[in-house]
Formats: sequence, C-alpha cells, structure tokens
Amino acid sequence: MAAVLVHRRLGRFMSAALPAEQEWDNNREIALVDLLDRVLAGGVVISGDITLSIADVDMVVISLRTLVSSVGSWMDVQGAPHGSAGT
Amino acid sequence: MSTEGVWAYAIVAAESAARRAEGLTGVAGEPVRIVAVNDTAAAVGSVPLEYFGEEALRHNLEDLDWLGSTARAHDRVISHLARSGPVLPLRMTTVYLNDERVGNLLMNHGDDFTSALAAVAGRQELGVKAYADQKALRGTSDSPGAGKTSGTAYLLRRKRELSDQEETYSIAAQSARRLHDTLSRYAVDAKRKPVSDQSLSGRAGWIVLNSTYLVEDSQADEFRRAVEALNDELVGIELEVTGPWPPYSFTGDLAAS
Repeated sequence: MAAVLVHRRLGRFMSAALPAEQEWDNNREIALVDLLDRVLAGGVVISGDITLSIADVDMVVISLRTLVSSVGSWMDVQGAPHGSAGT
Repeated sequence: MSTEGVWAYAIVAAESAARRAEGLTGVAGEPVRIVAVNDTAAAVGSVPLEYFGEEALRHNLEDLDWLGSTARAHDRVISHLARSGPVLPLRMTTVYLNDERVGNLLMNHGDDFTSALAAVAGRQELGVKAYADQKALRGTSDSPGAGKTSGTAYLLRRKRELSDQEETYSIAAQSARRLHDTLSRYAVDAKRKPVSDQSLSGRAGWIVLNSTYLVEDSQADEFRRAVEALNDELVGIELEVTGPWPPYSFTGDLAAS
C-alpha cells in the first residue's frame, strides 16, 4: 500500500501516529504523497509576487514523482504491513 | 531591498481571525499573523527570501526533505485554522513582497472569498483510495490444462492471460466508477484525482481510484460507514480513507491575481 510504504521510508516527516483520526488533529498521521497531492495541486491559486506559476509547480510535482518513485524502489516491499489506518 | 517575503497560508473571515491564528508558527518557524481588510483576512508569515524567494524556492522544492517539512508546516497552519471555522487554503508557495500586496488581494477579491468561505463552512474534505488485488479481482478462475507444455497450449494460455488482463482492467475501472458514484451520494461535491504513480504501490495492490469528497461535518460518520460497507462488499478491493482535510480540493475555481 503506497501510503504505508511512503510512511515507512519518510518516517522522519511523520508526527507520532495517533489513533484519533476523526479529530482535527495536527499530529494526525498523513502520508506525504496524499499531503503533496493537496498542498501542491489544491488550494486557491493566486499569483502572488513570487508565486511560482502553476506550470512550474506541475514540473515540481513531476520531478517529485520521480523522487518518490525512486523512494519506492528502495523500500522493502516484502512483508510491508497492510496498515489501512484510514478505515 | 527587503530580505523578507510574506508567505500566505489561507484566507479566513476577518472576524476572530487573530484569535484563531494565535500561537501558530509557520514554514520558517515564524509566528503566523493576520492581514485583514474589510471582511476577510489572510493568515501569513514573514519568511526569509534567502530560502523562500523565487530562485531558492525553485531549488528547494526539488529537495524531498525540504518539500516534506515545508508542506507539513503549511498544512499544520491551515489545519489548525480549519478547527475553528471555515478556511480557504492557498496553494503552497504563494509568496508576496509585502503586506500591502496581500491587502490589495483582499480588497479586490473579498467578496469572492466570502462566498467561497460560505461554501465550505461546516464541511470537510475526505479522501478515498481504492487498492485492487488483481488476482482476487479476477476471481480464482485459474486456467485448466495449465500442465500442458505444447506450443499450442502455450499460445492458448498466453492469449487467455492477455484477455484476463484486459478483463481485470475493465472490472477495476467499473468498480472505481461505481465506488465513486456511490460515495458521491454522501457528499456535496466530489472529485476524481489522477492516481499516483503505480510504482508507488510496490505490492500486489494497485491504485484504481484516488478521489476526494466534500462532506458535511454532520455526514462524515455516515460517509465513513459507507466506505466500510463498500470495503466489505467488494472482493479484491481495499479502501482507505484519508482526512479530514481542510478543503484543499474544493476551493472552487477561485483564481485571483
């Protein structure tokens, strides 16, 4: 499961996992891939003075995918826990 | 020339904005503050251009460590604000030269922001991902006569495998569509997002649906129960819910300059 795998490798980004997922909890466990999917692809797009244009951000997302994919290949696929924390 | 820029996190109603942002720190560890004009306000922070200027951003965004911690800090501020009322998240890397420019934005788009805030009030975003197990999806119809090794048998088997593959994709696509349609009934708005890179899954499960829903706070439990029911019902598909998120994916088609 992608989310779990990313968790494992990117554990240093993760706040301590808490069971209280229903709450608006700042410490809630979030997979980086789901987070980036929202902060880089969602939100109101406003051209600030220094805002990178959307095309630039798309480029970032693409190169990020490459990065994350290579992260994926480092990971120990075998026996990864099937931790569907969300449900 | 100023060495600081103004990183913008989110738009909120001006009323009680300062109280809502109290004690928050942002992407540079800076205190989050409020710029308010008329009815709306922006939660912002002063950040060093050395790290958050255009050139630096371009470079830093390529660094997964930097990107990860900055994204988390950006989300932390927005999620905190979302706890105490409606919020419009701004896309990460919206940086202004000074507060006056932020004020202009609020002045010019205050009405748009006010109606967009009303549209997300009392609602939350919930993400759903569906992972499919190809074998289970196809059923256990393992080919009979697999023991034969003649050329004809091989070709027949190969052909069957290919059509099995096609059938699996078709079943997966159908399931994804049905899932999305069903869950959309519990939501006031719904979006299918591109599925993440297949290589991310790194196991038998492959992502067939990456969707997100704007759900009334009062319907969130019901939505989650619906996901659980579908999870139990569908063979070969496992569902995962993420969130609640601030309404990142449902800020309308707001775009302002």
